[in-house]
Amino acid sequence: MDFTKLSLVSPTLTSSTWSRADRWGAVRVRSSIGRNHYQLAPGLYKLGKPGSDSDVFVSANYKLSFDILRRELKGLDAWILVLQTYGVNVWCAAGKGTFGTDEIIRQIKDTGLGSYVSHKRLIVPQLGAPGVSAHKVKKSSGFSVKFGPVRAEDIKDYIAAGYKKDELTRSVQFNFKDRILLAPVEVMNSLKYLILALIFFGLLSGIHRGGYSFPLILEEGPIAIIFLLTAYLTGAVFTPALLPWLPFRHFGGKGLIAGFLTSGLMILLIAPGSQAFGMIAWLLISGAVSSFLAMNFTGASTYTGLSGVRKEMRFFVPLQIALTVIGITLLIISKLN
Amino acid sequence: MDSQIYLKNVSTLEYDSSLCIGCKMCVEVCPHNVFRMVDKKSEIIDRDKCMECGACEINCSPGALKVKQGVGCAAAVISGFFKGTEPNCDCGTNTNCC
Ligand code: SF4
Ligand code: SF4
Repeated sequence: MDFTKLSLVSPTLTSSTWSRADRWGAVRVRSSIGRNHYQLAPGLYKLGKPGSDSDVFVSANYKLSFDILRRELKGLDAWILVLQTYGVNVWCAAGKGTFGTDEIIRQIKDTGLGSYVSHKRLIVPQLGAPGVSAHKVKKSSGFSVKFGPVRAEDIKDYIAAGYKKDELTRSVQFNFKDRILLAPVEVMNSLKYLILALIFFGLLSGIHRGGYSFPLILEEGPIAIIFLLTAYLTGAVFTPALLPWLPFRHFGGKGLIAGFLTSGLMILLIAPGSQAFGMIAWLLISGAVSSFLAMNFTGASTYTGLSGVRKEMRFFVPLQIALTVIGITLLIISKLN
Repeated sequence: MDSQIYLKNVSTLEYDSSLCIGCKMCVEVCPHNVFRMVDKKSEIIDRDKCMECGACEINCSPGALKVKQGVGCAAAVISGFFKGTEPNCDCGTNTNCC
């Protein structure tokens, strides 16, 4: 790694280019493998050769946040004040309050920031604002917080514009690319539910009129696997990707429709004319599974508030449970017939 | 950007314009452009865009803005329900909020 923690006395250098290890790290973090340990030490870092008048940027000790910041600052001489957020990114840590007023005040004190710079300005990413009260930081430390743009890539324009943002650079976007980048995380997140469902429905497929048969699991189990995997991917990947184009504002509703569509398609493709009860059962179960996963995507989306999520869950969770129970009942009936 | 609106009439955002000192902080911090300045006072353009992040409230020094801050994350609501706590974003473990 080409940077180290800055000691209080002699700050060391951080480079604005990404090493191979950094790049590989970014891939791993996005797919949520081992992201818990992806931290760097909090403290003050130097980028280039900052002087007493250079800007101070505040970041989280989530390495990806920090790496993106130093890449976007390439060519500038600046200080970076890294807060202890326990490896959590700025936005989430701000919501919890770890990226927050008290931690900024503490780091300003602990690093002796005031002895490195002659000014009293801090540039904090705007997404840190839910945790950072600018007037309180000012009152306790004397430093005035300027909230920079939402995206690190707009920082240079922000500086060039005299530390000013416009409507675009201060708003959160949630475009196709943002949503697709989140897909691997989504897929990994609910994996435990998927495995449980696969085991449950696999075992269920052994039931028949005469009792229970293990060879039947091998015969009919694959149908369960196909429907469950389709529903899972529909809720965790397709629905997020197609979010604005699916009907309903409720994520659960979007997932439900998408789940019905893809499972309906599957029925037409693999099993036209097969047992009606069984197919209706899979339609309902797929809708419920996809709806549940899509609803969980509210956590990744950047425009859903808690009151809204609660409201949608009051309706969709009971619906998902009902669809699943009816689906399982129909499935068993179809097997006993 | 209609696709950035979630459910209508659910946000807990409240604004008392008589307390506003026109500092513009709410405009600066809101990630969804809920506010604009009109005659040196803040004005809510569209409450339905608010995602209850709480940034405006803690940066409004005279206390003109109030909002119940929370994470809009179904997984957090579920785990909060089972743990008997308020939903919170336990990103350290496995939730998808970040
Ligand atoms: S932050 Fe508060 S005081 Fe400042 S403009 Fe907004 S509402 Fe008014
Ligand atoms: S809570 Fe967040 S999204 Fe809602 S108005 Fe305030 S700053 Fe904007």
